[in-house]
Parts: sequence; structure tokens; C-alpha cells
Amino acid sequence: MTTRIVELRRGILKKNDELAAELRARYAAAGALVLNLVSSPGTGKTAFLERTLRELLARGSRAAALVGDLETDNDARRLAASGAPVRQINTHGICHLDADMIGKHLDDWQAVDLARLDYLFIENVGNLVCPASYDLGEKIRVALLSVTEGEDKPLKYPTLFNSADAAVITKMDIAEPCGFDREAAVHNINEIRPGIRIFETSSKTGAGMDEWLSYLAEQRAVRV
Amino acid sequence: MSIVETVTESLAAYPGASVKEVRLRVGALAAVEEESLQFCFGMATEGSPLAGSRLVVNRLPVVLHCEPCGKDVELAGVQSFRCPVCGALGSDFRQGRELEIEAIEIDEVDGAGHQPAGSQSQAEMHTSKAQEAGK
Repeated sequence: MTTRIVELRRGILKKNDELAAELRARYAAAGALVLNLVSSPGTGKTAFLERTLRELLARGSRAAALVGDLETDNDARRLAASGAPVRQINTHGICHLDADMIGKHLDDWQAVDLARLDYLFIENVGNLVCPASYDLGEKIRVALLSVTEGEDKPLKYPTLFNSADAAVITKMDIAEPCGFDREAAVHNINEIRPGIRIFETSSKTGAGMDEWLSYLAEQRAVRV
Repeated sequence: MSIVETVTESLAAYPGASVKEVRLRVGALAAVEEESLQFCFGMATEGSPLAGSRLVVNRLPVVLHCEPCGKDVELAGVQSFRCPVCGALGSDFRQGRELEIEAIEIDEVDGAGHQPAGSQSQAEMHTSKAQEAGK
């Protein structure tokens, strides 16, 4: 018997990273801006996306959404009410979406041709831990935080907030009764991800949506 | 699972070898909880060539390149990404997101020798084993 050390230097998520790189090239070739929405369960990702889709469609943009949940197609049905094509991905126990799931669901999605889309939104499974590690090939990762969750969430889940390209604070319409400390939240997000764009929104009243939609249009112009 | 798969594939070049240790490099921002990883490692490796091996996790702190200081600085935690020297916020990460298998320690069967990677049948055999173990 001889003991030997074998250097491997192999990324554990290499397979996902490779698939994500393929997806990224595919989105770019199609000219679609792809966003990955990540937050805790209950932050209001679906309500926010519902409103975003509705307003984008009203402005003549072409948008679609993939939505991840462990079970049920409730979210897909809610989002489809916006008029946009929506497809549910059920992960059956897996706590995040990965690049392989996205690729497969895009491949056999009859209703959607990527090349004819302006925006594709991916609503991730509600979870602030694992989705941070799985690249879906998106151009923009959006971390959402609601006013009911506590201003220190970015400090508690730094990996996710640090990997985000934009942050959205939801449910601003109930910020006051919740005793939400806006400044502390903004400060904490900036500590974890300096200089990130922060949108303060309410899916109910529509506050902050204009700014968010302008950002989307800007990003599409610059980054696709 | 992908650890088992990757290591098993690399063993194709060392017929009959047994794995004693698997060394990982895990950045502070990689969202890995060592205790759960250790716990899962035992189960995931069962029935694979990695069964009974030790998992060693080398944690790497976050290293930022601080613009004002003009150099790389190591951070004590992941609660704030300020330079510990000058206090400037930084976002130019040089280390901290790693999640990789650094190396494995194996016991080789003397005489079997090191064959260059790709004795195809071996590789296939090990891969299918890993897939079984993954189910």
C-alpha cells in the first residue's frame, strides 16, 4: 500500500455552473433579459411578479415567468392571470432551482419562444440559503425583503444578499404599522452589497413600480 | 452527491485504490454548514468507493481587494464587507466563494501503478456505481 495525495481542484457545483453558462449564452443569443427572484417564503415574490408582469404587458413588452415551488401550481395560476405565459416547476422537496431544471423546462415549453421574449422572470423557491449557490444563467439576481421580516435579514443571510444585483423591499404600504426601520434596512443591505440598487415597493398600491420598470427597461437596453 | 461522483471518476486512474480522505476548500460565503455536510457525507458515500473516508473542510475567509489601501485584505466575518484597515466598503472579492474538492488522499495498491486517466471501462464502471449510490 502506498499513500498518495491526488490534487483535484474541482468545483463541487461545476456541473451546474457549466449548464448555467450554456443558459446564459442561450438567453443572450435570444435577446431576452433573464432575472432570478430570490427571497424567503412569504416575502411577496409572487405578488410583486404578478404586478410586474401586468405592467410590462400593459406597456407592450413581452414577458414570461418560470416559477419554482416544492409542490402545487398555485403560483403559476396566480401569475397567469396577468396574461403572460407562465410555467410551474415543482421541485418535489428540493429547496432551490438549478440550471438543469430551467433548461429542461425551457426546452419543451410550447407557449414560449425565448427569441420572442423581452423578459423572462424566474421565481425561485422561497429560501434564502441554497438558491445563492445555484447560478441559473440569469443576468440579474434580485433579492427581495419584506417590511415584516426584520431589517437585519441581509446580515443573517449575507451570501444571498451579497450575490444579488438588485434588492427589492416589498409591502412598503404596511411599513409603518410594522415599525419598519427603513434606514436600518437600507444600511444593512449596503453593508453586505455596497452600491446595490434598492427599490422600495408595494405590490398593492403600486408604489415604487415605475422606478422598478424603468430599471428593467434600462437593463434590457444595456445588458442584452 | 457530486462529491462522490467527482472523486469516483478521478479514481479511474488508480485501480484498486481506496479513499482515506477528501479535502474540500469552502469559502465563508459558500453557504455550507460543515456539520450537515459531515452528516450527509457518511450517508452519501455509503456503498461507494468513498465509504469510510474522512471529510476535511478547509474554511477560507473572505478576501477583498481594498481600493483605497491598494491591497487585498482578509475579513474576520461575513457581516460587513468593510476593509478592517481603512473602513471602506468593498465589493471586489478575491476569495470567499470557493466550493471545491481540493484533493483526495488514497491508498494505492502496490504494483497496480498509476495509469493515465481514461482506461474507459474503469471510468464507466465507477461512474455507474456513483449513480447508483446517488439514488
